[in-house]
Amino acid sequence: MKATVLVRPKPGILDPQGEAVQSSLRHLGFAVEEARVGRVVDLELEGRSPEDARAELERMCEQLLANPLIESYEISVADA
Amino acid sequence: MSEQPRPRIAVVVFPGSNDDGDAVLAFESLGAEAFPVWHAEPELPSVDAVALPGGFSYGDYLRCGAIARFAPVMSGVTRFAGEGGLVLGICNGFQVLCEAGLLPGTLRPNASLSFVCRDVELAVERADTPFMTRCEPGQLLTMPIKHGEGCYFADDELLGELEANGQVVLRYAQNPNGSVDDIAGVVSRDGNVFGLMPHPEHAVDPLLGPTGGALVLGSLVDAARERALTPA
Repeated sequence: MKATVLVRPKPGILDPQGEAVQSSLRHLGFAVEEARVGRVVDLELEGRSPEDARAELERMCEQLLANPLIESYEISVADA
Repeated sequence: MSEQPRPRIAVVVFPGSNDDGDAVLAFESLGAEAFPVWHAEPELPSVDAVALPGGFSYGDYLRCGAIARFAPVMSGVTRFAGEGGLVLGICNGFQVLCEAGLLPGTLRPNASLSFVCRDVELAVERADTPFMTRCEPGQLLTMPIKHGEGCYFADDELLGELEANGQVVLRYAQNPNGSVDDIAGVVSRDGNVFGLMPHPEHAVDPLLGPTGGALVLGSLVDAARERALTPA
């Protein structure tokens, strides 16, 4: 089963990477007001129900994939 | 001085650590018996203190320190800290201790996004921890920083807790990286785990520059010796 975890800097957390990207995009002439840079983790899980997978992915995020102090995460599981 | 027993201090070496050698030399020059301990060791040897050195453990993959906390030796370090053992984290070591939950907060990319490498002045907030007894509150220490991700972050709630508990030990005189409240070093609630971004191990020999680090590491050697002399 395939799953994707999207990790983002929490709102209000300074994101210097995002600021650098925004300023570079403006430099290219794009009217970008804000950019925030996160991380995508694609996972291939051993067979199990989507519910179990989701619960396990939550634990993965809490324990490793995201730092709950500064990052939020979003989990999506491919229905197969 | 030479009559005094030499406390045993382990310096953990992760793949990607690069300040472990300087840390061992610094502790040795300050009267300790210091030795490297490889990250894959399943047990921590019997020691009076542990230091996690600077570097780029496990390539800083995912987040700085995020992978190093799973090193086999870290369960021994966590147990040691839980029993009140003295644990020091320098730079990447500080990041590892935060990721391992042994210290509050986290370290983020510098606000400037630039790697900063220079001497900085640090104000001593508290001298009554085992890591600062050779210092005075308000004293300014000079030592180098060299990091790309040293921007200390704690949210308002955590920050309030840290200030209320007196866990902020060192602050930058001039903030080099965007750290919240100029924080350069924090101790655990119990005071036995200390992390800082500046490098005391690079500031012990007057031949090579400032010596503010000798006061910090010397304090730890004193505290470790005391513990060596009074077994639990």
